[in-house]
This record gives sequence, structure tokens and C-alpha cells, in this order.
Amino acid sequence: MKNDFRLQDYLHDTKLIQSRLIVTSVIVLLLAGSLLWRLFELQIVQNERFNTLSQENRIRYLPLAPARGQIYDRNGIPLAQNLPVYAVEVQPERVDDIESLLNRVSQLVVLSSEEVERFRETLRTRPRFETRVLKSGLSDEEVARFAANQPLIEGAELSARLQRHYPLGQELVHVVGYVGRISENDLARIDTAAYRGTDYIGKLGIEGRYEDVLLGKVGYKKVETNAHGKIVRVLSSKKSVAGSDLHLSVDANLQRAAREYLGEFQGAVVAVEPSSGAILAFVSNPVYDPNPFVEGIGSRDYQTLRQDPRRPLLNRALNGRYAPGSTIKPIFAMAALEHGRSPVKTTFCPGYFKLPGSSRRYRCWKRQGHGYMNLYNAIVQSCDVYFYQLARTLGIEKLSDAMVRFGLGRQTGIDLTGEPSGLAPTPEWKREVRGKPWYPGETISVGIGQGYTLVTPLQMAMATATLANRGKRMQPKIVAYMRDASTNQPQYEKPKMLDRVDARSSDYFRLIIDAMTDVVHGRRGTARRSGRGATYRFAGKTGTAQVIGIAQGESYDEQAIAKRFRDHALFISFAPVEDPKIAVAVIAENGGGGSRTAAPIARKVMDFYLVGPPEEEKTSDAT
Amino acid sequence: MRLERAFPADVPLLLGLLTLGGFSLVLLYSASNQDLGLLYRQIARFLVALVVMVLVARISPDRLTRWTPFIYAFGLACLVLVLAVGIVGKGAQRWLDLGLVQFQPAEVMKLGVPLMVAWWLTRNTLPPGWYELGVVVVMVGVPSGLVIVQPDLGTALLIAASGVVVIFLAGLTWRWIVALGLCLAVSAPLLWTQLHEYQQRRIFTLFDPWSDPMGAGYHTIQSVIAVGSGGLAGKGWLNGSQSHLDFIPERGTDFIFAVFAEEFGFYGGIFIMALYVFLVGRGLYISFYAQDTFSRLVAGSLSLTFFLYVFVNIGMVSGVLPVVGVPLPLVSYGGTSMVTLMAGFGILMSIHSHKKLMPR
Repeated sequence: MKNDFRLQDYLHDTKLIQSRLIVTSVIVLLLAGSLLWRLFELQIVQNERFNTLSQENRIRYLPLAPARGQIYDRNGIPLAQNLPVYAVEVQPERVDDIESLLNRVSQLVVLSSEEVERFRETLRTRPRFETRVLKSGLSDEEVARFAANQPLIEGAELSARLQRHYPLGQELVHVVGYVGRISENDLARIDTAAYRGTDYIGKLGIEGRYEDVLLGKVGYKKVETNAHGKIVRVLSSKKSVAGSDLHLSVDANLQRAAREYLGEFQGAVVAVEPSSGAILAFVSNPVYDPNPFVEGIGSRDYQTLRQDPRRPLLNRALNGRYAPGSTIKPIFAMAALEHGRSPVKTTFCPGYFKLPGSSRRYRCWKRQGHGYMNLYNAIVQSCDVYFYQLARTLGIEKLSDAMVRFGLGRQTGIDLTGEPSGLAPTPEWKREVRGKPWYPGETISVGIGQGYTLVTPLQMAMATATLANRGKRMQPKIVAYMRDASTNQPQYEKPKMLDRVDARSSDYFRLIIDAMTDVVHGRRGTARRSGRGATYRFAGKTGTAQVIGIAQGESYDEQAIAKRFRDHALFISFAPVEDPKIAVAVIAENGGGGSRTAAPIARKVMDFYLVGPPEEEKTSDAT
Repeated sequence: MRLERAFPADVPLLLGLLTLGGFSLVLLYSASNQDLGLLYRQIARFLVALVVMVLVARISPDRLTRWTPFIYAFGLACLVLVLAVGIVGKGAQRWLDLGLVQFQPAEVMKLGVPLMVAWWLTRNTLPPGWYELGVVVVMVGVPSGLVIVQPDLGTALLIAASGVVVIFLAGLTWRWIVALGLCLAVSAPLLWTQLHEYQQRRIFTLFDPWSDPMGAGYHTIQSVIAVGSGGLAGKGWLNGSQSHLDFIPERGTDFIFAVFAEEFGFYGGIFIMALYVFLVGRGLYISFYAQDTFSRLVAGSLSLTFFLYVFVNIGMVSGVLPVVGVPLPLVSYGGTSMVTLMAGFGILMSIHSHKKLMPR
């Protein structure tokens, strides 16, 4: 198969390689011999020395897990705390008769058949000298009974550890979040040394975001053990350092009240202190109980939550993206003034608007029309046609720019993870994402907060706060201060200011705010019913966001439309007008009109915060 | 003869491997603190690896020669891919997730590199000249470099070694070998600065592990104590106090030999060393009597790198080599490397059995 030349080569090659193989064989034998020599030296010559070392090798370091920092609301109400939980642990090596042990333990504490079964399973799979949990979550009574009888039961012991608990349960789950067992994914990104002895890690919300602060520093105990690994004495120890406590600016009572006011509606209420950006309430409805997540929620329960059509797992205040509807109007009015529109210039509203050369009618919410409208009245009465006209004059770029300047359609920088940016649409965006050009009609829709525009309740609240601040934009923050466990000193962080929304004239803000004040206090204001009887003056703007498009010539019949297609009700407001203490954004999904559903909720939230809880609540609060 | 055709296993090799596999199970049972679940997984892996070995053994050396460039290219592509989309674990990016299984492309290269170098060198006359060597440097350097940046220095060195072994077998002249040795000595300080800090510390502590007993020296000290306290006959199966009181780190994987030496002593050491030398010897024998140059080079390289793994691991455990993450072949707990090793033995068996089938 090969020619002569190759054949000769082949013989030559073979000889060459074979000689090398002999060389390597010798090397292999020498190396193997040297390893054996090393083993001989260690195991025979120095055996005595190493035997002594191994006998003495009974010093072990045991980690001391730090206590996780606790979380409180602005009034010191605990939101996340560590509660001791007790468990019965068994070390099979020390037990002669497992059956009689189980029998005796079951006389002291309630043992379910699953617990016994799980324990038996560990007998087969885990080594005998390892301790394992027989029963966890003992009641106080069981703890007392077991503790009294423990000396009689060889091999079973009571163990205590701290478990995270959320006393208010579901109420603040979308703010505080929860911890859970450290997962494979967590392991890949954490420093395992810092988590020695710790089984939990913050997964969501404040617990997740402030994980590094809450965790604390691990300590250790240097102990001497006997040949079975049992601790004989403690040689030295270094205390663990507890994590810092977090004090939130959120008011748990306001939070609870706001969710109550939202009632059965899915939606969100975000309340913020305009001067500092401190979040006062951060409600997303519906909610769920975080406590089962700590020890790992059962997959069936988790599936139920996931598949719930009301989507309780969704944090609407942070992640919910909605069309802002008419609540966007004050911001566009502001932009129009900035770009030189005269406030006295009027637009005639016949009840609809048409682009030149198009037959499509953009309707005003008031079918018979508003007549002649100036900017002020257009805000107070929420005239759509005025803003259609305004949008057409300004153009999409300026509208989009105005939204972004007020922080709409971009991240607010709140101290929670996973914040979306929302969307302040531009023709570039549409070309890139949708691959289509921008149509003039789409600008018209954007003018009343519809179309592609998407904002989060948090963004709306912050934009409202910016209006209340007359242009000063603050970064929202949930944590007010931390308290370091070792120094016990509160550590404040200065509120962070963002780019200011500058106005050429301070009159512009005054005009807009006056108009928003008349929305609730004026005779023709769209939310005048919500303004009645207020002990303070507030400013607001209603909004109604369409969930489905209505065909031309068709009318919107609330009764006939399935509830999930009903319009979203929105309301933004701040109070008091002169010296704003609170700004609120409310979204009630499928709530119908903003003035009817959302405005009363916002009013009640502001009442609660500025005036105090309503009478009947005060009494129930005292308990 | 027909049976041999369907199941072309080399009986001495097979017996050696089975003994080693059985031994691994006995040892893992102890090292894992009698975790049966882990044992079952290891058995499953061993069986899978055996099947792979038999399948590989059915591939004739001729066909293997033709496949070699593709195997190499595939391995190279996977290495690039793993850097792009691999799974990060323990600070390194080594795994590709194939849904059902995760797989470590560096393992493919443990076979791919020696095959490719042998393939390349046998296309020309031996011993290799300047040009051939230059190409080999690239062939070995590129995959090794890709593995180094994962970063997995231990595996990269072994991959490079598997290529170097082929060059040596192919008759690299002694003058060259001396020159290369000198080059290495000169470039050592430069390489040193390229090492990660933890790697530098491991080498430091090799010379004086007691300088940092609770830090970098801990692994070595505890493992040497375990080996040394084993004595002549060992402390007995399941009775190693070093092993069972958690003093030995990674005792199921990289440091399993420490458990072994503590529980089975010097006698055990002689036994397992003999077993490994027997497997390597059989491999070299197959190489010696192989039928063509490609097979000869591949068989020799595979046998010698197998020995290298053993040497590096036991050297590391007994404190004469730095701690690099190299498992004890076929004994340590773990998946991908076992399959690669057995595939390597499959190639050896193929070289041996197909020779017999061909008329001389």
C-alpha cells in the first residue's frame, strides 16, 4: 500500500519511536518508583510523626453565623425579624435503638408520618455520625416538654436557630421581598466564605438589594474534638458581627391603608415625599405571603401563585407598565409652554379631532365637545382635542423629550433591583424595534398618554413629585437609614438629586399647578368630587387608559365589556399645594374612570398621611 | 475471532480497568461518608464510560486517522464557544450546557491534541523538522491557551503535555530537547508573573507548607498528614480519622488518594501503583507493536499522559507537586474526565485489535 520510499521511512520511523518508547518506559518506572519512595518516606519513615499529628488533629473551626439585620418601617414597626425556631436533632451513632427513640420522642412532640419517613430515609443515605433533623418548628409547649425530658433520651437533642420572619406577612412583600435558601445559582456568584454557617440569602426586594449590608460578618469558634468529632472544649472564638438594621421610609400603616383603599382592584399606589424622594407607600395589589418562601415554598403552592390570573407575584408598583393616559397632560402642557406656546391661545373642541387629509376621528372624552379651550382649562377639564392639537404642533420628539426630562420612560434609580425603563416612544425606537416608520396619527395618541407610551406607577409618582417640587427631581429611595450593629449609630445617606427640570419662567410651574389644583377644587375640575371637604389644598390630574382600542364610530359601553377589558383608572396628585409633603400615583386596573375610581383612593391616602387615620381605624390600630 | 470483532476489547487492559473501577467504588463509599446515592451515580458513569470505550474500540485506526482533523476542529470550536456562552462555576468558565448533560470541552482536547499532532507528524518524515514543529506549537498552543483563560491551568498543562509527548516519541532530537529545556528555564520567571495569585501561593507553599498552615498550605499539610499517618497497613477501610473528620478537602475528587493512603497504608499504595504501571505498561506495549506510525504515536502518547495524570495527582497529594486540580484517573468522583480516559483506552484497544485482524 505504500511505495518503497515510504516503506523505508516506515521502518526508520518504527525504530525511532520504539527506541523512544523504551526511554519513556524507563522514565515511567523511575517516576513511579520515586512516588513509592515518597510514600515510603511518609508512611514508614515518618509514620510516627504524622500519626501524632493526626491524633492531635482534632482542632476544628466552626463557623458562627451572624444574625441578619432586621428591617423596620419609618415608625419602628418590625417588617423583617429573626425568630428562634427549635428542632429535635438526632445523631444515630449515639442511639442504640432507633425505634424506641422515635417512640419516646413522639410522646413529647407531635411527629407526623412524613417526618418519620423522611428521617428514616436519611438513615439509609447519610453517615451515622452526622446529626439530622427529626422534627423542626416545635411549638413553645413542645420545646418545654422536650427540654425537661431531654436527659432521658440519649442521642436526641434540641437545637435552636434563627429563622427569618415577616410579621406583616403579605402587606409589604413587594417592598421588603424575602430571603430563601441559598441556591446553586446563588452559590456561583457569592463568596462562600462569607456565607459559612448561613443558609439563607436575600432573594427579592429590599432583602435582595441590601443583601451585603444585612448579611453581617461570620465569626468562628475554634474547638477541640474527640476522635468521633464531638466537641470536647472550645479553645477560642471570634464573635460574628450582626448585619446592619434597615429603617425604611415606608409607613407600614399608610401602606396597609392604601392597599385597603385599593380594595379588590389590581393595581398600584405609590406615595413619595417630594422633597427627599423618600418612598412612603409602595403598594402593589394583589399580594402574597413571603413567609413560606423562607424555607422554600412547595412547588404546588408556587404554581398556584404563578398561574393566578391576578398575578400576585408581579410587583406592579415597580414593574407594572401602563399607558399614563391623561395624567401625562400637565407634563406636555409644561413642554408646550417651554417651547413658546402661549397659555392664552385657544383651540376649539367640537368633540373630535381630525388630521388634515385624513378621515379618522380622534375623539374627546366629552362627546359634545368643550368649545374653546385654553391651556389652563384644557388641564382642568382634561380636554383631549386641545392636547391632540398640542401634540401635533410639538411633534413626537419634543413630547418624548418632555417625558424623559420628567423621568418617564427611564429608570428612576430606586433601591430595588429589576426596575424596567418603560417607554417614551420616538421614531428611532419604532424603526429599530418595530422596523416601521412613525405615523403622524401615532403622535396624536401619544398626546393623551396612549399609543406606545409605557410608564410605571413609580415613575408617575416621581414625575408628580417633580411637578410638586417645581422642577427639582429626586431619586426615589426606600431605605431611610441603616443602623450598624457594632456602633449602633444610624447612618443616613443624603437624598440624591437628579437633573432638574428647568423652566424658562417659574410662572409655568405655577400655571400648571394652579390648573391641577382646580382639577380637584375648581367648579369644572374632573375630580372635583374628590376635592370636597379636604382640610388642605391639593393638586391632581385624572387619567383613564384604554385597554382595548375602540373602533371608529363605536361607543364605549362599560357594562357590555368584560371586566378585564375595562379601562384602567389613574390619578396623580400631591398635597398640600403650597408645601408638598406627599405625592401619590394611583392605578386601579380595569377601574373604569380615573376621577371616579382612582382619585378617591389618592385622596384617602393623602388624608391618612396628612390628617391621620380615619376614626374607626384609630381604634382598631390601638390593639 | 468473531466475538473479538464485535467486542474488540483487550483483555488485560479491560481487567485492569475493571479492577480500578471497582476499587474506586470501595474508596468513594468511604470518602463520601457512605453516600450510596453518590456511589450509584459513579457506577452509572463508569458504565457509560465502558460503553463509550467499547464503541471507540470499534473504530479502526484508519478511520480514526481520517476523523482526526474533525475531532480537533470540533474541540477547538467548543473551547471558543465555552468562553462565549459557558457556565461559570467556582470562578471558572469550563462547562457547556447541552440541556441533558453539561460537558467540558477541554476534555475533548485531551484526546484531540495528541491525535492531531500524531496525524500531522505522520504526514511527513520523522523526526520532525523546523516547519513541522512550528505547526505543532500552534496546534498545541491554541487549545492550551484557550483552556488557560478559562482559567484552568492544570488541564491546560496536561493538554500541552499530551502534545509534547507525541513530539518526543516522534524522535525530536536530543539537541532540541536540551534547547527547549533551556528556553523553559529562561522563560520561567516570565511565566511566573502570568500566574494567578492563588497559583503562585500554591507553588510557594509547596516548598514550605507550614509557613501558612491555615491558608494556602492547609490542603497539602492535611493531605500529607493523612498519607503519613496511614503507616504500613493503613487505619482500615472507613476508619481514616483525617478523612472522616473533614480535614481532607475535596476528598472525593482531587484528594481521594489521601483517603486511600490513610485507610490502606503503604501496601495499598504499592498495589495501586502497580495497577497503574500495569495499565501504562500494557499501553506502551500496544504502542510498541502497533502497525503504523500514527497508531504508534497515539497509543504511546495516550499511555504516557495517563501516567502523567497519576503522577501529578499522587505527587500533589503526597506534597511533592503543587496543588493543581487534576483528579486521580478513574478513581476520583466525576464524569467527563472518566469518559475521556475510557475513550482513550478504547483507542488503545482499537489499535491492538485491528492489527490482529489485518493480514501481515
